[in-house]
Amino acid sequence: MAKVLMLDPEKCTSCRTCELACSFEHDREFRPSAARVNVVQFESEGISVPLMCLQCDTAACVRVCPTGALQRNEATGALEMDDDKCIRCKMCIQACPFGNATYDSAKNRILRCDLCGGDPQCAKFCPGGAITFTEATSGTMAKKRAYAAKFKEVLQEVTK
Amino acid sequence: MYGWVGQILRINLSDGTVKKEALDPVEAKNYMGARGLGTRLWLKECDPKLEPLSEDNNLIFMTGALTGTMATNAGRYNVVCKAPLTGAMAASNAGGYWGPELKYAGYDGIIFEGKAEKPVYLLINDDQVELRCAEHLWGKDVNETTDTLREEVDIDAKVACIGPGGEKLVKYACVMNDYTRAAGRSGVGAVMGFKNLKAIVVKGTGAVRVADPDAFFDALVKAREKVKNHPVTGQGLGMFGTQILINILDEAGGFPVNNFRDSGTFSGAEAISGETLAKTYLVRNKGCMGCSIGCGRIVNVPEGPYRSFGEGPEYEAGWSFGADCGIDDLAAIIKANNYCNELGVDPITLGSTIACAIELYEIGALTEKETGRPLAFGDAEAMVELTRMTALREGFGNELAEGSYRLASKYGHPELSMTCKKQEMAAYDPRALQGMGLNYATNNRGGCHVRGYMTAPEILGIPEKLDNLITDGKAQWTKIFQDLTAAVDSSGICLFLTFAIGAPEVAEQMTAATGFDYTVEEVMKVGERIWNMERLFNITNGFTKEDDTMPPRLLKEPVKVGPCKGAVNKLDVMLPEYYQLRGWDENGVPTTGKLEELGLQ
Repeated sequence: MAKVLMLDPEKCTSCRTCELACSFEHDREFRPSAARVNVVQFESEGISVPLMCLQCDTAACVRVCPTGALQRNEATGALEMDDDKCIRCKMCIQACPFGNATYDSAKNRILRCDLCGGDPQCAKFCPGGAITFTEATSGTMAKKRAYAAKFKEVLQEVTK
Repeated sequence: MYGWVGQILRINLSDGTVKKEALDPVEAKNYMGARGLGTRLWLKECDPKLEPLSEDNNLIFMTGALTGTMATNAGRYNVVCKAPLTGAMAASNAGGYWGPELKYAGYDGIIFEGKAEKPVYLLINDDQVELRCAEHLWGKDVNETTDTLREEVDIDAKVACIGPGGEKLVKYACVMNDYTRAAGRSGVGAVMGFKNLKAIVVKGTGAVRVADPDAFFDALVKAREKVKNHPVTGQGLGMFGTQILINILDEAGGFPVNNFRDSGTFSGAEAISGETLAKTYLVRNKGCMGCSIGCGRIVNVPEGPYRSFGEGPEYEAGWSFGADCGIDDLAAIIKANNYCNELGVDPITLGSTIACAIELYEIGALTEKETGRPLAFGDAEAMVELTRMTALREGFGNELAEGSYRLASKYGHPELSMTCKKQEMAAYDPRALQGMGLNYATNNRGGCHVRGYMTAPEILGIPEKLDNLITDGKAQWTKIFQDLTAAVDSSGICLFLTFAIGAPEVAEQMTAATGFDYTVEEVMKVGERIWNMERLFNITNGFTKEDDTMPPRLLKEPVKVGPCKGAVNKLDVMLPEYYQLRGWDENGVPTTGKLEELGLQ
């Protein structure tokens, strides 16, 4: 079963290690502005949300791409960009409703998550468990279990 | 260059000029960055005897070679200048995201010279560097300033700034960055305020590159594993923050209480502990750039007189506003700590100065005529209000804004200022921790716990457990901790890592990052070089052996309660051995041989 990146902002400490790991994996240097993952911080509320490409099934970026540069890697589930086919029209950036594809003017290329070939470094190095790479059902089951535990406590309280 | 990005900015605030200069690779190698390199660059251009609040006191922001990389917790930078509080060298260390961002913009550091005629801020957007008017920001607190600048410039920009504390030249004002991170001690924020520099806004899109990416990655993965698997860095600090130390120091009997008068243990320790914070006001943990520990505390006091939202307190502020003032109200401590963050002042010195004022009041040296209100240990409401008034220099706060040494001296009792070299000590009683006492007394920036953290061996048993009440071997340990810390501070990584890693991991990461060959010996040598350089500054500036001491209370009045009852600090036993191990003469002056060995002659 294909794994997906599961995001849990509740556990995010805003350390941005994911950004460092991502840029190093792709470019062998530390450049958060070229990371495919970004931590969006809401300082006044004390919440941070890590975000990256969600690998949509009927992806807007794929449909809008005039050269077919984006292809699904069936093994990893990632949409991968063929830089040779890409004509830098940047339509994918316009089309993505999440802002998860972007353009790196310094290196003239489109930046988007490719799941690091099946071993996403953001998940590997996330110290708090805010980003995990897991089978979707087990990822969502963990959330269900956490929520069910709260429900259970309320139930125990009222049936005492 | 690798590790370092190879360029520094020179900003003359008097004439408004901006220059970009190459970083000297030899200096970079010998002093690593941040604290060491910043101090070196200050000393090359400034007279140690100058007035701290003068145009000639350069204000230097400097990152380290590892800052902004994925090395273990490498989010740090230092602010360097001559300190208004102490007259010693100030190098105040802060985390967050600002330091890394400066490197991504293409600069290892910034040297500010002169003084602006009117309030300005510096904008750095990669290659674009310009001074801009900050008159609309003057008077605003740290959160308002940061929000306004990000709205004005770029919502993702990182901001380092001063609050009203720095503007009003509070002797221990901080430079704040990323809202709640502080270059906290010695008053670097007052120097920034004196220069009419309100903020530095940075947006950077470039890269930090390392010399040997494969070796660097291997080294950082290994070091990160150690940090993750160590009980202090992998569990304790993340779960309970640095405030985990409150119960630990209290149980060990080394917790200072009521201006160190009633030290040993504190009845309210549990109520103000990290464990209690985690059960009450903690929202979640926070980490600086690349941090795997997450000791930061996002806190929310939802209601009541101390309603507030912010970050902290960490252990020292929890103590200074807590046990040191006889207070066990965690919400009040959080409120006072949030005032410090928002107004930009150092909570260690501030809480300790309030404690000193309370004792002065109790012995009758201060009266309600001066203070405007009765003062007593345990009065949380007064402590919170005095904190706010001090940061704004309102009423009696104007006197507290000078720090405890000047306050206690003015009212005839300098011995009641719990300071070394005019800087307030932190939350470890030197009578119960003999080695920490030696570190306080010899520390180049005065009462300071983070430049020779003898609590690690004396209380926590890291790297091995030493008897905290004996003096044997403490001189050697203190020297090692001081030298290692100087190197760690200068590399750009976080001191807290040294619970889990040491010189070998620093050497490995520095070597792979920079391409220079740093052995373990060289790392320790860099640290020793920095320590001696700071010492030379102090000596040139008039500090002598007589200043390597601590308040008489700690040398004469025994601890009153707890496991260390009866103890005093035996500094006179340790100090001669310490000088000898350092290669200094009997007056604490580095010998020519030592200076030659370190390349400082």
